[in-house]
Amino acid sequence: MDIPFDLLLNAIMAGLLLGGFYAAVTAGVSISFGMLDIVNIAHPAFVILGSYLAYFININYGVDPILVSILMLPPFYALGAAVYQVYHVSFEKRGQDALRGLAFFFGLLFVTEVSLILVFGVDYRYVEAWYIGPSIHIGIVDLPLRMLVPCLAALALFGVIHLIITRTFTGRAIMAVSQDQLALQLMAADPIRIKRIAFGISIAVAAVAGALLIIIQPVEPSVGREYIGRVFAICVLGGLGSMPGTLIAAMLLGVVESITATFYGPSWAPAVAFGFLLLTLAFRPAGLLGR
Amino acid sequence: MVKFSLIAVAVGVALLLGAHWVSVDYLYFATYTILQFVVLATAWNILGGYCGYVNFGSAAFFALGAYSSVFLHKAFPLPVPLLIVVGGIVSGIVGLGMGYLTLRLRGSFFAIATLALAVVLATLVVNWDYVGGSRGAYIIRPESIDILGLKITYIEYLFALMLALTVIALIAARAIERSQLGFGFATIRDDELAAEACGVPTLKLKLIATTLSGAFMGMAGAPFPYYIGYLQPSSAFGLEYAVNSIAMPMIGGTTSWVGPLVGAILLGTAQQYATVTISSAVNLLIVGLMLVAFVIIAPNGIVGLVQERLRARRRQ
Repeated sequence: MDIPFDLLLNAIMAGLLLGGFYAAVTAGVSISFGMLDIVNIAHPAFVILGSYLAYFININYGVDPILVSILMLPPFYALGAAVYQVYHVSFEKRGQDALRGLAFFFGLLFVTEVSLILVFGVDYRYVEAWYIGPSIHIGIVDLPLRMLVPCLAALALFGVIHLIITRTFTGRAIMAVSQDQLALQLMAADPIRIKRIAFGISIAVAAVAGALLIIIQPVEPSVGREYIGRVFAICVLGGLGSMPGTLIAAMLLGVVESITATFYGPSWAPAVAFGFLLLTLAFRPAGLLGR
Repeated sequence: MVKFSLIAVAVGVALLLGAHWVSVDYLYFATYTILQFVVLATAWNILGGYCGYVNFGSAAFFALGAYSSVFLHKAFPLPVPLLIVVGGIVSGIVGLGMGYLTLRLRGSFFAIATLALAVVLATLVVNWDYVGGSRGAYIIRPESIDILGLKITYIEYLFALMLALTVIALIAARAIERSQLGFGFATIRDDELAAEACGVPTLKLKLIATTLSGAFMGMAGAPFPYYIGYLQPSSAFGLEYAVNSIAMPMIGGTTSWVGPLVGAILLGTAQQYATVTISSAVNLLIVGLMLVAFVIIAPNGIVGLVQERLRARRRQ
């Protein structure tokens, strides 16, 4: 097949921008699944919940979606902490987290989606902001601002999380908690509290990612399901719990998806993530940068 | 084993004769859906309840069975009982492949992969024009069919097939539960590492479970295009199959074959009623909330609650 160079270049750039955003969606899963060993498959549902809140506040009060996402951090942190508390008391403590914990999160995913359908309907919703329409042209490359702004916001968010995790005591405790709870207790940190904080952070990040998602594309309640395959593929490919690995894997998936969509049509794009996931699981289960 | 099979077949025949005597088309339609859920829930439980591995992709296996019927209907038409066998084989093979790729790793990978499987198979079907693509496929079912000189309506025929499949699935589930296979499954559920260390061939057992479970789901899906008449990807891959086939065993109880049966009859009937009287979105919301409530409050389901009650009474 003869591939036009400018089309390819544009597809790669769009993929990198998309990848930056994917990194933000996956960051929360990297914490909950990669570090805490909690298989929160309801993560995309919280992302979509964030999208709808951003939509609701943006349309009714005209607040910028990125500003909304920052305002949403504390309530979503509290929500995440609450969900973890329920999970801990009902499943982790009883030692039944494998089967019933998964069913619990699946139920949450489902309930959130159906509730959003009942409240907002199945129509696509979008937000309004000054950066939605225009784009920057550099040579033959088009950079639409509605991709560039979320990507930069996502990368900033990703950087902040990385700093929190690697530089603060709490962050290091989060990395340690799934490896050795006893050692953590000897360092005077309560593992349950640390996990609660970490899960709260992961859900707060999901809300921000949701606000960014609705800038990039219109959202309807079942969009979240497409992201389940994506976030776990990125998380596994990057190596569980490795933040730099997550970023690289997100960019890689973004580029491959974008190229697939450009040359084979967008209806094939969802299959890419799954292909990645299966190939990774089959050939390199530890991920790209796995230890 | 033989006794149970005879009883199950007798109950099945009694239901069939009873339904034939009443002979109301709506009754066939409604009970077909409930029986289909009994098969799906039982199939899910072979892997989920006995082995402790969660399959979120029931809809994918179900749709695989349905779409292999659509494909064969166009390519070279076969009678529905053969289609059920083919659907079972196709879904069983996919189950085996999925299991082989993911079950060597931690258990949660399998769950995640099944979730993604539904999305990808839906993508493939949407892009495959031969089976209708995103537009969907029409299957015109005959009005009636002759069996052994007896002329019955087609919906009664489908109902009878699904009833037979239900009986087979229940007998299989109970047989597995009480065989060496079932005990092997239980060791995996309780402590896989210890089982492996004791010489239980865990990977082989898990692969048997995924294959059987996938095959029964595919068989439940195979007659579906004939039942519904018009099959489109969003109905075949609908989330309601995934959520119901998890919720029904979880609510009924996962440790024995009775649980999925009780859960499916209860939830299935309630949903048939709610879909007619309220709305289908609200009824799905109720299923989701019940699932969450049951896994938190009654982890062993209705069967577990009843057993506890009986045990408490015996102690008194």
